[in-house]
Amino acid sequence: MMDLLNILLSESFWAASLRIATPLIFGVLGALICERSGVLNLGIEGIFVVGAMCGWMTVWLGSGLWGGVLVAACAGALFGLLHAILTVPLGLSQHVSGLGITLFATSVSYFTYRTALPNVSSPPRIEPFQALDIPVLSDLPFLGPVLFQQTALTWLALLMVLLVWYVLQRTALGVAIKAVGDNPDSVDAQGLSVYGLRIGAIVAGSALMALGGAFLTMSAFDAFFFGMVNGRGWVCIALVIFASWRPGKALFGALLFGAFDALQVRLQTEMGALVPGQIFLMAPYILSIIALVIAARSADYPRALLTPWFKGQR
Amino acid sequence: MAENTVLKLSGLSKRFGSVVANDDVSLTLVKGEVLALLGENGAGKTTLMNMLFGHYLPDAGTVEVADANGVLHALPLGHPQAALAAGIGMVHQHFALAENINALDNITLGSEPLRSLKRNRAAARAKIDGIIERSGLKAPLDVPVGQLSVGERQRVEILKALYRDARILVLDEPTAVLTPQEADTLFSNIRSMITDGLSVIFISHKLREVLEFSDRIAVLRHGRKVGEMATTDADEAKIARMMVGADTPKVARQEMSPGAPVLSLKNVSVSGRSQRETLDNVSLTVNANEILGVAGISGNGQAGLAQLIAGLVQPSSGTIAVDDEDIPKPTPSRMVQAGVGRIPEDRHHEGIVGAMSVAENMVIERLDDPDIQSLGLLRREAIADNAVKLAQAYDVRGPGVDASARLLSGGNIQKLILARVFERAPRLILANQPTRGLDMGAAATVGRRLLEARARGAGIVLISEDLDEILGLADRIAVIRDGHLTEAPTNNREQIGLMMAGAAA
Ligand SMILES: Nc1ncnc2c1ncn2[C@@H]1O[C@H](COP(=O)(O)OP(=O)(O)OP(=O)(O)O)[C@@H](O)[C@H]1O
Ligand SMILES: [Mg+2]
Repeated sequence: MMDLLNILLSESFWAASLRIATPLIFGVLGALICERSGVLNLGIEGIFVVGAMCGWMTVWLGSGLWGGVLVAACAGALFGLLHAILTVPLGLSQHVSGLGITLFATSVSYFTYRTALPNVSSPPRIEPFQALDIPVLSDLPFLGPVLFQQTALTWLALLMVLLVWYVLQRTALGVAIKAVGDNPDSVDAQGLSVYGLRIGAIVAGSALMALGGAFLTMSAFDAFFFGMVNGRGWVCIALVIFASWRPGKALFGALLFGAFDALQVRLQTEMGALVPGQIFLMAPYILSIIALVIAARSADYPRALLTPWFKGQR
Repeated sequence: MAENTVLKLSGLSKRFGSVVANDDVSLTLVKGEVLALLGENGAGKTTLMNMLFGHYLPDAGTVEVADANGVLHALPLGHPQAALAAGIGMVHQHFALAENINALDNITLGSEPLRSLKRNRAAARAKIDGIIERSGLKAPLDVPVGQLSVGERQRVEILKALYRDARILVLDEPTAVLTPQEADTLFSNIRSMITDGLSVIFISHKLREVLEFSDRIAVLRHGRKVGEMATTDADEAKIARMMVGADTPKVARQEMSPGAPVLSLKNVSVSGRSQRETLDNVSLTVNANEILGVAGISGNGQAGLAQLIAGLVQPSSGTIAVDDEDIPKPTPSRMVQAGVGRIPEDRHHEGIVGAMSVAENMVIERLDDPDIQSLGLLRREAIADNAVKLAQAYDVRGPGVDASARLLSGGNIQKLILARVFERAPRLILANQPTRGLDMGAAATVGRRLLEARARGAGIVLISEDLDEILGLADRIAVIRDGHLTEAPTNNREQIGLMMAGAAA
């Protein structure tokens, strides 16, 4: 018991939670934007892989870190555009298209990686983002190590939470996105383009998802491995429901998951002798499912989610 | 005269597959006039207006709209944006509102540039307040539209159009979901806006309000314009003949002596989420061969009564029995088995599955019937044959029985539901606002079918706001108010009206 308390009070635990949560924050925000406009994007898992691969490879080929981030976002946007074309004007099944994008994006990434590096056994490393050591602030007790020694990408993620919240809550664009996800006819009748809004939302959301992937290869680790995304995309899809499609709650959900995961690692080292490690690996997922069951009952789904809309039809 | 024309539709045609929804329709609208557009269900009224507003692209024809100086310009077709810019506002038959945002956001949606980082809500609110003041259309601006009543949503829709400075207002069945009082207020508001230079086209099936409020009447039949007249030259019979092409027979009701009780509620209370769903200590009996009319202003517990009889809610106290058999825990399937047939109020959402075909919708309540299914497999041919037969018998018109049910016009959806319910020969029929939005012919058909079911031995609960309908069909009348049910005389219109308003309890 004492151990648990020690862990929960330690700076390193919370710093790790935030670090683990960062890719999820990007991913949940991206999925949230897509779904607010009425389109589920199950391409997220593959778009994570694309972001991870493109970001890393751009830097490995000699670009700066931010160049890698930009390329990752653009690559994600491109796959988002593909999903958008298939599901919005063509109105195909969002599930099928999304899963297809995930398979396609994942294999394209692996293929590109293998083609560029046919004969390496250990993946080449890059110089990743370093912790932003902000003078004075990072010397604060507790808060200093938790907040002010994260990398720039974590800060970008937190900034994005604010940005997405502001856009949805305070701008005409945000109102239009919420409206198109609730009743596309309302938007069409006011002379706005349903297709335009949805495609735009999916492209922007997918770019954010790719940043989540880029964080993995450019900040959390310093190289690209096969299978490194490891279901993070799917976790984000669940977290959006947990968050009831709200950016603030999305941040909370991602942190909660991050904390579960950080706790799991620590408990594993402390109690690994007693309980098989796999139990701890499962724990964050089981806890998320429980949290989801509790939260999903009161979640208010965007009413038009999953329903395609066609111009000139009832 | 000619320079006063604000809108000119010429030769508009539209077909959907094999259905000719509009065929060479031409129409003009003069400044400051109220034009009523009439026609049977499926005649093509909504389609015509949707082409005017740019939702549908016409196959042929042109639209010209006058600018502020009265000069006619051709309107680019197929773009709601262009119609809005030309000063056309449209209130849709099915509200086009986003329910997760408030009225203010719904009204300003699309009028602000999407790129700007800040909104000027204060200016928008001031403009809307000004419009509310001038037009008398009051609606709460700050709660999500999902929480507003239908009357309020209707007003938000009109405010949307006025906010865009509409000079031509199209109202597609604006009063179909309003109480008579709300409808009267709406029309007096519209009158006052006419003096501000607005011109109005409205679609309605209620001849009383057409005769009272319009200046001119245009009639569509099977997609063609079959006539036009000044309202002063019109009367109900004349309009009806033009709409249908023949005289509509009056519904004749024979006296009958009631049989054994089919439904009895004893001291039933339902604690609903809102007043419309709440019942307070209600007792009633409906006998075989009898129609019980439940009159009342909507929102007084009708929804609760309907949900109770459909098995959608559990009574918090009291007992409910069908055919003298107590039903302790009513569920929808239990009630269907007990012989309840249901004609729901919201036919689009609770009456049909829009994405399924007309044929499938017709058998959806009898999937355990061996004629329809054997060993868990649907018998496609039997289902199709059944659909063709029923579509014929109940005059369900539209793109065919294999098309999605949502493609039918509102009136034809109701006929589909009638066909499904009556074919099962239910013991008890719950008919909630069964003729809302129906043309005269279809409304007469509903009345005739209800009387046929009554003659066959069914008991019927007819919930309606239309007192004429209740007085014409019901054997007994009860008034519902604040969740209480009170028996009323069957011949005293004034007294029932007073009871509905709560003046004489
Ligand atoms: N998008 C569509 N696809 C296929 N058929 C359609 C479509 N829209 C309308 N129709 C058909 O066109 C015909 C005219 O429909 P419309 O909705 O214009 O009738 P309406 O006069 O408004 O009837 P109501 O009084 O019932 O509202 C109907 O047969 C309808 O089924
Ligand atoms: Mg219509």
